[in-house]
Amino acid sequence: MSENRIAVAKTYKLYIGGAFPRSESGRSYPVVDAKGAFLANAAQGSRKDARDAVGAARKAFAGWSGATAYNRGQVLFRVAEVLEGRREQFIAEVAACEGVTVKKAQSLVDAAIDRWVWYAGWTDKVATVLGASNPVAGPYFSFSVPEPTGVVAVLAPQQSSLLGLISVVAPVIATGNTAVVVTSQDRPLPAVTLSEVLATSDLPGGVVNVLTGRTAEIAPWLASHADVNALDLTGAPESTRADLERAAAGTVKRVLRARPSEDFTREPDLARLRAFLEMKTVWHPIGV
Amino acid sequence: MWEYAPAPESRDIANLKPNYRMFIDGQFVEGAGEPLKTVNPGTEEVLAEVSTAAPADVDKAVKAARRAYDRVWGKMPGSERAKYIFRIARLIQERSRELAVLESLDNGKPIKESRDVDVPTAAAHFFYHAGWADKLAYAGHGPDPRPLGVAGQVIPWNFPLMMAAWKIAPALATGNTVVIKPAETTPLSALVLAEIIQQADLPPGVVNILAGAGDVGAAVVSHPDVDKVAFTGSTEVGKIIQRQLAGTGRRLSLELGGKAANIVFDDAPLDQAVEGIVNGIFFNQGHVCCAGSRLLVQESVADELLEKLRVRVSTLRVGDPLDKNTDVGAINSREQLTKIQQLVETGDAEGAQRWTSACPLPDKGFYFAPTVFSNVSQAMRIAREEIFGPVLSVLTFRTPDEAVAKANNTPYGLSAGIWTEKGSRILWAAQKMRAGVVWANTFNRFDPTAPFGGYQESGFGREGGRTGLEAYLDV
Repeated sequence: MSENRIAVAKTYKLYIGGAFPRSESGRSYPVVDAKGAFLANAAQGSRKDARDAVGAARKAFAGWSGATAYNRGQVLFRVAEVLEGRREQFIAEVAACEGVTVKKAQSLVDAAIDRWVWYAGWTDKVATVLGASNPVAGPYFSFSVPEPTGVVAVLAPQQSSLLGLISVVAPVIATGNTAVVVTSQDRPLPAVTLSEVLATSDLPGGVVNVLTGRTAEIAPWLASHADVNALDLTGAPESTRADLERAAAGTVKRVLRARPSEDFTREPDLARLRAFLEMKTVWHPIGV
Repeated sequence: MWEYAPAPESRDIANLKPNYRMFIDGQFVEGAGEPLKTVNPGTEEVLAEVSTAAPADVDKAVKAARRAYDRVWGKMPGSERAKYIFRIARLIQERSRELAVLESLDNGKPIKESRDVDVPTAAAHFFYHAGWADKLAYAGHGPDPRPLGVAGQVIPWNFPLMMAAWKIAPALATGNTVVIKPAETTPLSALVLAEIIQQADLPPGVVNILAGAGDVGAAVVSHPDVDKVAFTGSTEVGKIIQRQLAGTGRRLSLELGGKAANIVFDDAPLDQAVEGIVNGIFFNQGHVCCAGSRLLVQESVADELLEKLRVRVSTLRVGDPLDKNTDVGAINSREQLTKIQQLVETGDAEGAQRWTSACPLPDKGFYFAPTVFSNVSQAMRIAREEIFGPVLSVLTFRTPDEAVAKANNTPYGLSAGIWTEKGSRILWAAQKMRAGVVWANTFNRFDPTAPFGGYQESGFGREGGRTGLEAYLDV
């Protein structure tokens, strides 16, 4: 590239049902780097965008949850492969929006890709680790298997723009849920790039839907939406959490509360996989 | 029977080379053993010459594996090991067609089986176990289970690539290094797997692949610096290995022979059962340790079932393994063909009633027409011994208890089949089977998530699933 070439700037849009629409509201908001310099305009998602995203996630649920665990693992590993190919872009975006050194950004991006691989490997192992055959006191074969909860609304962490984002999205879809993700409000650009990765990785449209915008504006609509089954509050502003939990009670949503100052560089445990699983117990008589 | 135009795969896809070499310490090397010629059992022509190991080569391979274990692989974080193993899985997928054709050429199995079962299952095993490499703390073997060290592995000729995957993938995932020897008659796919391991850039010595006959295998399993031995093959050899390792403290897992009962109750969906019976005994020419080689059918439906079975078996197409229409391919070797013929003769001599499909057989190559013996009694050799060929022995029973007693009347215990529409009866019969794998209303299903292995003289240890990891962990 010659030095005086003008770069083509990207339009950062929402990701809903496998497509990249602008916000139906026509709104956008400026995204700046850690020093306050303009980076891009991001779409400012609305209530209607959120509802469209929930609809897309619901539509994708049957196919994604019905796919074999092996197939989901293959698709998610494919995502990791494409993530690796975008490594340089992610490093630049993370460095810009988080204000960290390139070296630090490299380690965050590498950890994010490896995190995705970690969760990709769980698709066909969750059942053997969390499921059971139950030695009931009678002539019955009884077993319990984990199944995905459904549509999960995820409020992504506000600080960790990629590693945190991947740490909350991957476990939701690994087990067969579909997701509506509200990105970090002020650091949304790596999430939009992640959408582009997901769109080109054999992940069916609608499995992950990504909304940029004001978390406090969008979250209540998701928390009260009757077709959302669970809510991850990780990125919810402190002052809104209790209200969101209350709204979630309307349809008895599973709520994953935010852990105080969660450190996403640490190796995760099973908590985020467990949070969005239902345990199903099946009984069948034994007898000739 | 319908006429089919031949639909052969091109043998060029296999990228056959005139010579294949062993893989030691990251390099392809000539062994000091007498080179062997591997033969296409479908045509009896020589496919390639393969260099084999002398005792010094075995020693070299074990030393390389030890070095790789001590310096690199044993202490590498699981998340890094995982990425190497994922690479192997992907490379197998990418080269799947080549591997499938090569496997059918070297082994004689129909291309539709190598293409749809052997190669995809091999890739799936690497993929599945890659995911375990950084999750061992969750496998139920303690918070920080440690590898054993160097694993010496010997595998049979019936599923050459798939068996290599079943052995190598869990060993690597758990942090062990490997010295493996494929069977004398089917070394090629394992040596192409060595290329894949090189392309995946695995550190030298992590996987070493030798070639040769039983003496090389014996040298691998009895090598004093091997920490763990895994063997799949005959019960006879398994017993020898178990005796050899007695008192050494070295770990052992064995996957040996079988004489599985496939039980058909009178309420079974007969057409579906016929498909399962055919798959159970004619899949891979019956060269399957878990083959459903004893059909136990309830007396009241025996005549009807046998009639349907003969009609169905008559339609099986026996012949060119590379033809996509072929159902039953070539017997792997002349030696195996002779063994099958001899056992079948004992069936005649002992008074069983033989029915053989009238299908045409090719003039050249090792072929055996699908054969069904009825009026078989439990004392006959064809009811007791593993034939390892396309030969089914049919016995009858009157009550479910009798079916269970007959099914379990064997020193083996690898697998069993149950055919009935009644769910409670499936679970009842499954509970009574002294066998490691029980298929109900299906047969010969394999998946890396599902542990596989035997009871009694079919061996011990499991491959696949969470349980399978135990065979390679110091727990």
